[in-house]
Amino acid sequence: MYLYDEIDQRLVDERVAQFRDQTRRFLAGELSEDDFRPLRLQNGLYIQRFAPMLRIAIPYGFLASRQLRALACIARKWDRGYGHFSTRQNIQFNWPKLEDVPDILAKLATVQMHAIQTSGNCIRNTTTDHFAGTAPDEIVDPLVWCEIIRQWSTFHPEFAYLPRKFKIAVSGSESDRAATRVHDIGLQATRDAAGKVGFRVLAGGGLGRTPLLGAVMREFMPWQHLLTYLEAILRVYNRYGRRDNKYRARIKILVKELTPDVFRAQVEDEWSHLQGSASTLTADEVQRVEQRFTRPGYRKSDALSPGYVLALSRDKAFSNWVRRNVQPHKVAGYAAVTLSLKKTGAPPGDATADQMDAIADLADRFSFSELRVSHEQNLILADVRQTDLFDLWQQARALGLATPNIGLITNIIACPGGDFCSLANAKSIPVAEALQRRFDDLDYLHDIGELDLNISGCMNSCGHHHIGHIGILGVDKQGAEYYQISIGGAQGNQAALGKVLGPSVSQAEVPDVIERLIELYLERRDSEEERFIDVVRRIGIEPFKEYVYGNHHQPAASPRRQLATA
Amino acid sequence: MATIISRRQVLADNWQLLKRAADGSIEIPSDGDVIVPLSTWLEQRDALVKRTGQLGVWLEGSDDPALLVADLEHFALIAVHFQQFTDGRGYSIARLLRARYGWQRELRAVGDVLRDQLFYLSSCGFNTFALRADQNVQAAMTAFEDFSEAYQGSVERPQPLFRRRSLIQHEDTQKAAI
Ligand code: SF4
Repeated sequence: MYLYDEIDQRLVDERVAQFRDQTRRFLAGELSEDDFRPLRLQNGLYIQRFAPMLRIAIPYGFLASRQLRALACIARKWDRGYGHFSTRQNIQFNWPKLEDVPDILAKLATVQMHAIQTSGNCIRNTTTDHFAGTAPDEIVDPLVWCEIIRQWSTFHPEFAYLPRKFKIAVSGSESDRAATRVHDIGLQATRDAAGKVGFRVLAGGGLGRTPLLGAVMREFMPWQHLLTYLEAILRVYNRYGRRDNKYRARIKILVKELTPDVFRAQVEDEWSHLQGSASTLTADEVQRVEQRFTRPGYRKSDALSPGYVLALSRDKAFSNWVRRNVQPHKVAGYAAVTLSLKKTGAPPGDATADQMDAIADLADRFSFSELRVSHEQNLILADVRQTDLFDLWQQARALGLATPNIGLITNIIACPGGDFCSLANAKSIPVAEALQRRFDDLDYLHDIGELDLNISGCMNSCGHHHIGHIGILGVDKQGAEYYQISIGGAQGNQAALGKVLGPSVSQAEVPDVIERLIELYLERRDSEEERFIDVVRRIGIEPFKEYVYGNHHQPAASPRRQLATA
Repeated sequence: MATIISRRQVLADNWQLLKRAADGSIEIPSDGDVIVPLSTWLEQRDALVKRTGQLGVWLEGSDDPALLVADLEHFALIAVHFQQFTDGRGYSIARLLRARYGWQRELRAVGDVLRDQLFYLSSCGFNTFALRADQNVQAAMTAFEDFSEAYQGSVERPQPLFRRRSLIQHEDTQKAAI
């Protein structure tokens, strides 16, 4: 956790005062709706279907237990007792009153939190791998770099009114767990031949209406030059990105229209002027930021404790949970635990105020008072002693947070969709729930194995449906809510964009279609090791298409239940 | 008389901002201080330098300030026009004029210029502001105090915070000691 110094704190406090005055002027009629809109957006405040929605930044997904308690307090006092963790490592409240927002922001500032630049056409929250700092393969600690970028991008005067929103992701290792290829800028730590540390810089990736993978700007940029290089990319984008059509305004369109080579040449030209300027980073600064992070004080323990091994062999439910929800740790005797916010029946990513308080207690007791939000909308206790796992599991289970479904089909990533979002074509929460109910049998679930399923309520793709192994997108078909299904998407080093399976289907048909996809997968897989995505890659999309849509085609015998033709 | 904010004071404005008519023509008074569009400067530079009265030039967000690099000595003022305050291209133009092309005289924001953008505009190097007509100029003066610090370097204070942080903290502890 990065601890603010006096200046960091002062800037956040001044921001609260600034927004309080802007809100006052808006309510007094001195500031028009149009003039106020970009100001409130850059403070996280949207006008949604029913009420304003406030999006609070959780920088790179890191949260201290006292911060989570403050969020619980906000949920109780100013909202309806719950919050929604989003795929952007933020938390959203759906029911605050506009006039209360300055007080909410002031409350957040007391625990070093804010809603700065969580919306609007500016540089947004920088995201990273949710196992950052605990993964064994890291070249740099991405948290330090995210914080350096957070400071550089916070209130950047030149880039507050970009053509469109701008998202940066950082991966600290060669294995990309931060989806760097589908961000406006992706930074991946790497070393050059001499062993020096730097970043591979990608630009122009993104999801949405025109999904594209980022193009390489630099295979290796020494870390000292990171900020000046970012400045060069942002300046070219700010000047030449399209402003005439908001659907063509993201940097990916500029990179595509110019071609990556021409865009890169412009960036390099810009950078030749900025190289070596005052924004060039110093080792002192990197060290200063590093030292302001609190670090867990690990205790020496054995790699495997006998009590833990015994519990694993005795309790199937526990070992199931360990298999799905517990990740290895670079420190012997420790593990990272994912608390699932994907219990059937609860909207994916939602947590009640009572759950938040209880989770804060778990973090205090088991994980150095810190936790993380994953972009899969779960909460992670990253530093748990192995000897505590059984205890933690029992407590998490009592709280409904131990569903052993991480990486499985019911760990659905879904945007808030038509229940809350005014841009939606269709609802996403009821679809998620119907799927969770359809795949409620644990043995079946584990048999299906690893599968990412993502749902977005519209082309804005907040649910990242393009990179789900199965993606579901809400579309509008003559005023009715329909769903387009794609398969074959993936995140990580093998990032790929899903391909559309066929004509869109009604809400009631979605679970049947998904089940048929799964049936064919189970039928065609080579072994239990071959995941759904592997089979799609091997045999292509056609057989799936035919199996779902081809009505003259005899469906393969269902291993589980006989289905009406979809 | 129109007013402007200049170096954080409200002053009367003596400049006339000239725009092209719908048919593309432009009328240039023979004396007085005028700000002409970039295209007019590029077409009529010889006539313009012979005028009495001061000369300024204004750019749209889509204009390239590099076109002025060789001509800077002819101007007392450069203005950047914001068609909409949400169009941020003018911020980059200001940074380029100040940091790359060495422009040191008056740099003015005109058009859809509002109180709530003054802080960032001034960080990028604008030093005079012709606010949109409906703005309360006196009340807007507080905008320059919205923040007491900034992480980034600005035109007035080129060193970013990380290069100044240890000095600031050193001063603070000294103050505390006194
Ligand atoms: S994907 Fe569309 S419906 Fe879902 S949250 Fe984003 S904008 Fe709203």
